Amino acid sequence: MRHWNGRKNALLLLAVAALVLCAVAVAGGLLSGQAMVTDFSRKNLAPCGQFLFGTDWMGRDMLSRTLTGLSLSIRIGLLTAAVSAVIALVLGVASAVFGGWVDAIISWCIDLVMGIPHILLVMLISLAFGKGFVGVVAGVALSHWPSLARVIRGEVLQLRGAVYVRTAEKLGVSRLTIARRHMLPHLLPQFLTGLVLQFPHAILHEASVTFLGFGLSPEQPAIGVILSESMSYLTTGKWWLAVFPGLSLVLIVILFAAMGEQLRKLLDPASVHA
Amino acid sequence: MKHRLLFTGKKLIRMALLLLGVSLAAFLLMSASPLDPLQTNVGQAALGTMSQEQIAKLEDYWGVNTPPVERYLGWLGDFVRGDMGTSLLYRQPVSQVIGQRLQNSLWLMAFAWVISGVLGLTLGVLAGANRGRLVDKIIRGYCWIISSTPAFWLALLLLVIFSVWLGLFPIGLSVPIGADAASVTLADRLYHAFLPALTLSITGVANIAMHTREKMGDIMENDYVLFARARGESVRSIVLRHGLRNVALPAITLQFASISEIFGGSVLVEQVFSYPGLGQAAVNAGLGSDLPLLLGITVVSAAIVFGGNLIADLLYGVVDPKIRRGAARK
Amino acid sequence: MEPILQVQNLSISFTQYGRGARQVLLPVLRDLSLTIEPGQVVAVVGSSGSGKSLLAHGILNILPYNSHMAGEITFLGRPLTPKRAEQVRGREIVLVPQGVTYLDPLMKVGPQIRKGRRDQAARQVSRAVLERYGLGADTEECYPFELSGGMARRVLIATAAAETPRLVIADEPTPGLDARAAKRVLGHFRELADGGAGVLLITHDLELALSIAHRVAVFYAGETVEEADAADFTAGRLRHPYTKALWNALPQNGFVPILGAQPGPGEVGEGCPFAPRCPKGRPECLGPVPYREVDGGRVRCLYPEGGTA
Repeated sequence: MRHWNGRKNALLLLAVAALVLCAVAVAGGLLSGQAMVTDFSRKNLAPCGQFLFGTDWMGRDMLSRTLTGLSLSIRIGLLTAAVSAVIALVLGVASAVFGGWVDAIISWCIDLVMGIPHILLVMLISLAFGKGFVGVVAGVALSHWPSLARVIRGEVLQLRGAVYVRTAEKLGVSRLTIARRHMLPHLLPQFLTGLVLQFPHAILHEASVTFLGFGLSPEQPAIGVILSESMSYLTTGKWWLAVFPGLSLVLIVILFAAMGEQLRKLLDPASVHA
Repeated sequence: MKHRLLFTGKKLIRMALLLLGVSLAAFLLMSASPLDPLQTNVGQAALGTMSQEQIAKLEDYWGVNTPPVERYLGWLGDFVRGDMGTSLLYRQPVSQVIGQRLQNSLWLMAFAWVISGVLGLTLGVLAGANRGRLVDKIIRGYCWIISSTPAFWLALLLLVIFSVWLGLFPIGLSVPIGADAASVTLADRLYHAFLPALTLSITGVANIAMHTREKMGDIMENDYVLFARARGESVRSIVLRHGLRNVALPAITLQFASISEIFGGSVLVEQVFSYPGLGQAAVNAGLGSDLPLLLGITVVSAAIVFGGNLIADLLYGVVDPKIRRGAARK
Repeated sequence: MEPILQVQNLSISFTQYGRGARQVLLPVLRDLSLTIEPGQVVAVVGSSGSGKSLLAHGILNILPYNSHMAGEITFLGRPLTPKRAEQVRGREIVLVPQGVTYLDPLMKVGPQIRKGRRDQAARQVSRAVLERYGLGADTEECYPFELSGGMARRVLIATAAAETPRLVIADEPTPGLDARAAKRVLGHFRELADGGAGVLLITHDLELALSIAHRVAVFYAGETVEEADAADFTAGRLRHPYTKALWNALPQNGFVPILGAQPGPGEVGEGCPFAPRCPKGRPECLGPVPYREVDGGRVRCLYPEGGTA
């Protein structure tokens, strides 16, 4: 057919993106030992055939370091996005189902969390948990739920007003059954899309907070650490220390964002024409 | 009029309560931190050589031994009286540190805010009105790439290109090193603020453009746009007469909501360019366990964000005829 | 006299997704033909979901981008190409849409009628057309949300009357109005026709259509099944079983319900779409059914009522 088939395209893109991300995560895990190897005989090498991303001032291979860092980013991204999406689901549903003062309190909390500039909030939470891995995971996971919670709350409110749900209520179907049979099927796509769309934000914030010194410890080859270290060497012309690791991170985030977008397209019947 | 005042009053009370909540939340998070301010600021080695008395004095200074409740209430009492305490790192009143830093940051943020507002709106309207065409694809591509790029890496990239390779701009600081405040000219300020402001604008534009595009696209699918086409209005006329008018309301919300994003971006960008603004102070305060300063910065930035939301709400009332006329009739 | 509008074998279809990733071409309007003479009101009657509005959008060339149109449209003797449609729409061909959602919610009524013109002449015209439909000068300063349903309808008609149209397309101009207001609104269209324009009235309400139309084209599942004079209805000269059933379903004619449901787009084979519900349906009705002249009207039926086929 002459018309570009958007859905086939979306499925293909989704599969390819997922595959690439898995590959990076696995490769990074396997290379983590190599990322730590220092060898002063090969320090400060610009990108070449043997070291595609160059080496740093301790002779460490930047490609291995970058892949390990990305793998770390992906895993933290998955963990934090999942946690914050679950928080959003629970609070969003509770807010809509119970209404009244529960709704008021949750809405107030959403406003509160959204009022503090995001990066500042992640910093504060990370501090509260003593920085490091736990700090950054808590910081990102506990600060990303409000917008999705709002979406879910709105969705549930709309569903509760829907005729078939009201009819079921009148017919005496139990609340739990209504939630399971009538609401979950509608919420699930929203939730899944929201979850995947959280990844890019989560990864970016993890890298940012680590870059500022509130996240992963300097011994770990996280992207934020790599870039923060590169700052001291940029003025002496070691551009590859910052350019390639950053670029790789951007590509990973774009892949996640593309996955979210394709998933949204597939699950949202209104966008099938696009 | 009475209705408007009541609305504004309610919003103000809500805002005050939210600010109270923000300060409490920030305080709780900071005092829950297991990090020892003495260790981070004085260092293990130095502490080892100190006498018990000296350590006790330092502990007193960093407020380690004061119970959290007492400490918060003390802070709150002072805050209400207009005293935000003394920064432990800078050894200056917090209000003074924030005032000075905010002045530096305001340059950056205001510039980025205006640029991202004007350019972001324009690009977003352009893309939304031409959905699926080449312009749209280019603009959307730009938004996609930029929104997937960490602001600090973008800053590093610009630093490498413009300062290191081309040598066009300085590496850091808001004024030339060693110059005293009086001799700093406006040109100096602009020169030093240019790259940070550029970074913030690039990210800000993408953010606004992406959301505006979404809204504009929805507007173009409305019945009244279809009718305008049926009446022979050109695409240009439809965009200018109906599109801009209807995108104005969501644009107000977007524009004021972007304050928070721009502030977040400035924290990172200032760090890269070692620009002495509020964001850099926040990072220093956080790393150095300077509770009064970080608390002050959090509350002030939240106040700016809430203030922006309030202005957006009030502007809505002026712009939206449904609210304006609806209220007048009551 | 030269007809104002001639539509011949017009078909409109959409590209859509079926289950999964399959793409299908969905026909919504098939093989539609009708003619409008000057001073004539031609009503296109069909129940909702029969694709009537698309006819209006097709003539004006404002269909959505995923649609395809085939067939011939002639306006004032010359083919109505997409380019020409762009030139004449809003001037010689005007649309009166369904309701208030077709007005910009944030623009006052006056400027909307004037389409952005600010000169004195335009102001006089907008004032005059509002007055013509019994709306005061203060209506110009109203926002759409401040208009009642009837007022909004009259404002929409005023936008048409502000031009000098040769063809007025009215797309469901009456829903939500009580009988008296609806009659008055339709009267306005009759006036426009009396002034020499052609009026294409698209509606689901056969009774209202008959009250002003000269000719009626009956739509069923995207196809015109019959074109008849308004007089044919009262005289019992109807040709197609569906038209007859529609007529008999009116309260004053016995309120006889039509059993079954109209098939949706894509559920229709090549034969008569009404065959499954038709009391006289036969197996051959599922084969090709030509659209032909019978008794001064046209019908798509192998065994038309009262006909001699």
